[in-house]
Amino acid sequence: MSGPNTDYDPVEVTPLKADQVEAMREAALAAIAAAADLDALKQVRLDHAGDRSPLALANREIGALPPQARKEAGQRVGQARGAVNRAIAARQTVLEAEHEERMLAEETVDVSLPTTRRRRGGRHPLTLQSELIADLFVAMGYEIAEGPVVEAEWLNFDALNLGPDHPARTMQDTFWTEPAEDHVVLRTQTSPVQARTMLTRTPPIYVVCPGRVFRTDEYDATHSPMFHQVEGLVVDKGITMAHLKGTLDHFASQLFGDDITTRFRPSYFPFTEPSAEVDVKCFVCRNIEPQSCRTCRGEGWIEWGGCGVVNPRVLVACGVDPEVYSGFAFGMGIDRSFMFRHDLEDLRPLFEGDVRFSSAFGTEI
Amino acid sequence: MKAPLSWILDLVDVPAGTTTEEITDRLTLTGLKLEAIVSPGREITGPLVIGRVLTMEPEPQKNGKTINWCTVDVGAELNAAHGTGEQSGGVGIVCGAHNFAPGDLVVTVLPGGVLPGGFEIGARKTYGHLSAGMICSARELGLGEDHDGIIVLPPDAGEPGQDVRPVLGLDEETIEFEVNPDRAYALSLRGIAREVLVSVEGASGFRDPTLRDTPAANDEGHPVVVEDAEGCPVFVARRVDGFDPAAATPDFMVQRITAAGMRPISLAVDVTNYVMLETGRPIHGYDADTLQGAIVVRRAREGEKLTTLDGTARTLDPGDLVVTDDSGIIGLGGVMGGETTEISGTTTSILVESAHWDAVSMYRTGRRHKITSEAGKRNERGVDPTICEAAADRVVELLVEHGGGTAHPGVTVVGTPPAMPVVEVAGDLAARVSGMPITEEQSVECLRAVGCDVSGSGTLSVTPPPWRPDLTDAQDFSEEVVRLVGYDKVPSVLPTPPSGRGLTRSQQLRRRVGRTLAGEGYVEVVSFPFVGEADLDALGLAADDPRRDLLRLSNPLNTEAGFMTSTLLPGILRAAGKNVGHGTTDVAIFETGTVTLPRHAGPAAILPVDRRPTDAELEALDAALPAQPLHLAVVAAGDAVAGGWWGEARPVSWSDAVDAVRSVADALGLEVTASAVELAPWHPGRCAELSVAGEVVGHAGEVHPTVCQAFGLPKRTVAAEVDLDLLIARAVHLRTAPTFSSYPVAKEDVALVVDASVPAADVETALREGAGELLESIRLFDVYTGDQVGEGKKSLAYALRFRAADRTLKEGEAAAARDAAVARAAERTGAVQRA
Ligand SMILES: [Zn+2]
Repeated sequence: MSGPNTDYDPVEVTPLKADQVEAMREAALAAIAAAADLDALKQVRLDHAGDRSPLALANREIGALPPQARKEAGQRVGQARGAVNRAIAARQTVLEAEHEERMLAEETVDVSLPTTRRRRGGRHPLTLQSELIADLFVAMGYEIAEGPVVEAEWLNFDALNLGPDHPARTMQDTFWTEPAEDHVVLRTQTSPVQARTMLTRTPPIYVVCPGRVFRTDEYDATHSPMFHQVEGLVVDKGITMAHLKGTLDHFASQLFGDDITTRFRPSYFPFTEPSAEVDVKCFVCRNIEPQSCRTCRGEGWIEWGGCGVVNPRVLVACGVDPEVYSGFAFGMGIDRSFMFRHDLEDLRPLFEGDVRFSSAFGTEI
Repeated sequence: MKAPLSWILDLVDVPAGTTTEEITDRLTLTGLKLEAIVSPGREITGPLVIGRVLTMEPEPQKNGKTINWCTVDVGAELNAAHGTGEQSGGVGIVCGAHNFAPGDLVVTVLPGGVLPGGFEIGARKTYGHLSAGMICSARELGLGEDHDGIIVLPPDAGEPGQDVRPVLGLDEETIEFEVNPDRAYALSLRGIAREVLVSVEGASGFRDPTLRDTPAANDEGHPVVVEDAEGCPVFVARRVDGFDPAAATPDFMVQRITAAGMRPISLAVDVTNYVMLETGRPIHGYDADTLQGAIVVRRAREGEKLTTLDGTARTLDPGDLVVTDDSGIIGLGGVMGGETTEISGTTTSILVESAHWDAVSMYRTGRRHKITSEAGKRNERGVDPTICEAAADRVVELLVEHGGGTAHPGVTVVGTPPAMPVVEVAGDLAARVSGMPITEEQSVECLRAVGCDVSGSGTLSVTPPPWRPDLTDAQDFSEEVVRLVGYDKVPSVLPTPPSGRGLTRSQQLRRRVGRTLAGEGYVEVVSFPFVGEADLDALGLAADDPRRDLLRLSNPLNTEAGFMTSTLLPGILRAAGKNVGHGTTDVAIFETGTVTLPRHAGPAAILPVDRRPTDAELEALDAALPAQPLHLAVVAAGDAVAGGWWGEARPVSWSDAVDAVRSVADALGLEVTASAVELAPWHPGRCAELSVAGEVVGHAGEVHPTVCQAFGLPKRTVAAEVDLDLLIARAVHLRTAPTFSSYPVAKEDVALVVDASVPAADVETALREGAGELLESIRLFDVYTGDQVGEGKKSLAYALRFRAADRTLKEGEAAAARDAAVARAAERTGAVQRA
């Protein structure tokens, strides 16, 4: 490469020659492009951009040039070094991306593996059904009233116009407690809560009382010594059967679906007069060709509960002036409502505690 | 009440073409709910005809039985169709019964017929003959249980080959109604026919069977003295002599009584039952020849005894009304007669008693002696007191007509029917109660239709008919009006409640507790609250455990579970055991429910009902009831975390039970502290007494292995039970918003060696106190026992974090606080810091 340079400068530096610099740059770029991984690139960086790299050494020679030549050589070397550094950086980015991609690929898992380490919990469907019903009434402005299940005979019967010799007392097969002279029973209905409500609040009263009740029924597919009822009580000025009908129609449509209405049939309850049985229109067949319907057994209607206008005798015993106020009351089986809403034919799974049953309903119904 | 349709239509007319369903639909809408329409022949199809037995040849069989090989004439057409040529003039039928003879008319079902129960008849080879059908017994036709022999029809029943259905009343429809206690009058055909009259459009011509001319009372009848006119306001006695005790009950009467659900017994008894069904008035018949002297009606005296018709010797109560004669007590008035004067197979003189009895006495006597009878059912609900004479006269008429006797001219009538009350009813009451625009005129019309006497306007004076003792209050009459106007016409109007306050705090928190536990993986269960002493024994409760104080039920369904439980554990442990038994070996369940803790505070008074009780009376009532706190229980067994590709399973541990309660407490903003206690049913070394702010709220831990075994649960099952009412009462309502320091945290770890018996909670408490206010948090991250700390010792390693609210901690500040903490722990618990 050396040779006389007579017309330019006596002190000529070979590495700073244009073609030399160009060759270093080409060599560096080729090495960078060839670096297959980050480790290789690290070596390339040392070889071509490090302190001992040809371009770095060339850079040192610039000072030895005559002043008029320094500028040109400096530019040439600087451009070459810049190009090499940019190329390294660019390659670095590419290799890093490739590396990461490879690493992630190696971390691939089988996402179809089972993931459930812990049991799922669930709430009892009757709890959920009670809460759903409570919420429907709370939305209407009602409040939820409660009372004890071991109850005074007076509140379960006498205050509700079921005197000691009332034949209807034998209709409700009552669990009595000992000693008998204590007059304590397991409540046969949630109605004593209504009595308690009237005894402790002043009208207007708009409450529902969901709760457990007890009857001496042998346990089978359709009877249980313990079951759940929800009763409603409204005491206000000017309350009529029409308000009762409106409320139950609304309740039925909320629980069973739009346009599901109720039907009243005369009945007898000591605490209401007039009294009615409430049937709810079958929400499966909607009373359209019910003959083959399993839910309503071809009736088109399903027996749902009892209701009526509060008997003034009950108002009197509970301290409400029947001259000023009137009221209505209704009662439905929560278990029964649940059973036909969810197509359950045998009630016993509700009380057997089998987690496979309750889990099926999760935490909301 | 079961009412044969033909009987109803004997008493009232409906427009031609009215179907049974139309009648029952209307009656259902006005308050007599249809239960079922049945006819005995509903399940019978195919040829069922009158047959005449022409020949019968007894043929002894190898099995010891003798069968009859019969020729039965079933009419020329059927003889030709089903005859096999083996016999002439009829078809050949094998019959096992012997209660008939050639010439008798019998009920014959021919091949192609189907009897109740889907029993298909075909010509079949039996006992060496081809039998073309069957001669039927009453039971085979679903007409009763009588299987002693086949039915032999009366000689005038009809011609061979004729359809036997009408003869046997097989197509007779019987309507079964549900009768509410306020409609006792509907326990009679008279009452049902009257309901048809007022309910079915176009019905007319009501023929009241009690409207009849009855002979006037005279002195020639059997002497009767009523000493208790309140208990027995009316007593009518009539007598029939020369009665033929062998006289048969006419078929129509047998059919109707049977259809109504009663058993035919003998003509004399059947007639009294028939008249009871027809009029609603229970009748009692005595063998008049066994009566000694005058009949006296009075209350029983203490200790008196009577053996009733059912053969039961009863000791009577002074509240019981009795019928007596010179021989002593001969009947429990209105409820059941006595043995000594019972009508028998030799009775030729019958004394007919038709008396009105006080309904309350009837109810009490029935309950006291546990007697339920058709008579008692009617007497205790109230019978029309004005029809005693008519009913007695009807009985006499039927006995004479069918039993061949003569009516004795004596007619005894003691007392007069009580007058019905006059009730003032506002003319607009029905409108106000129903929300329908019912006019006063409409109300009056409806009330008259049901038999009331109505006068006045504005305020109506209403006298109910004597068969409606249930109509006593003004409001009762509004129901009569509304049901006739039609419940189906009541409009649907929503009332407008005042703004409600939503769920109470306690109601919200109970939901929160349930959701929290469900979130923790527990499934809610509901158990019956009944327990027996054996259940408490299974829990291993000590003899003096307060949970053994139970409320006893007088009439439990199961004597082994005769108490209301004081703890949720028996129920939930049983539920867990059942799950394990079903193969759900990893199970975690919870239950909330009230428990019953007797207070032995004396009786809950029966208060008056004509006024509001005083507050003091109500308080006393509540105080007399047992305490019924809401409890929460959890049980877990098997694995808490399942094993799998991620690693090993983690079995449930005592700490899961404690943590379940802690998660609930957290949800309520409460902190639970645990300390060791020995209490059944838990493992003596693994039971935590749980407290909130120093008050014990419950227990948690590992269940004693013996208890696990008793409930079918694996060892290491864990359980907790807490008083949820206590937790909810203490729940933090408004939580204060927290502030955080943004200065750097300083971390210090310490390892302390203490005696193994020192509770970790005590060490932590001491560390907290000693560390002072710079301590941000403390966490026990390791517990070590082993060689490195020596026998009877354990090492507790804590991570402490320090931070100041307003500055960065200075060099050494955290270390100084740590040292102070360790010093306090050393002082309180003997802790030594590990090098
Ligand atoms: Zn349907």
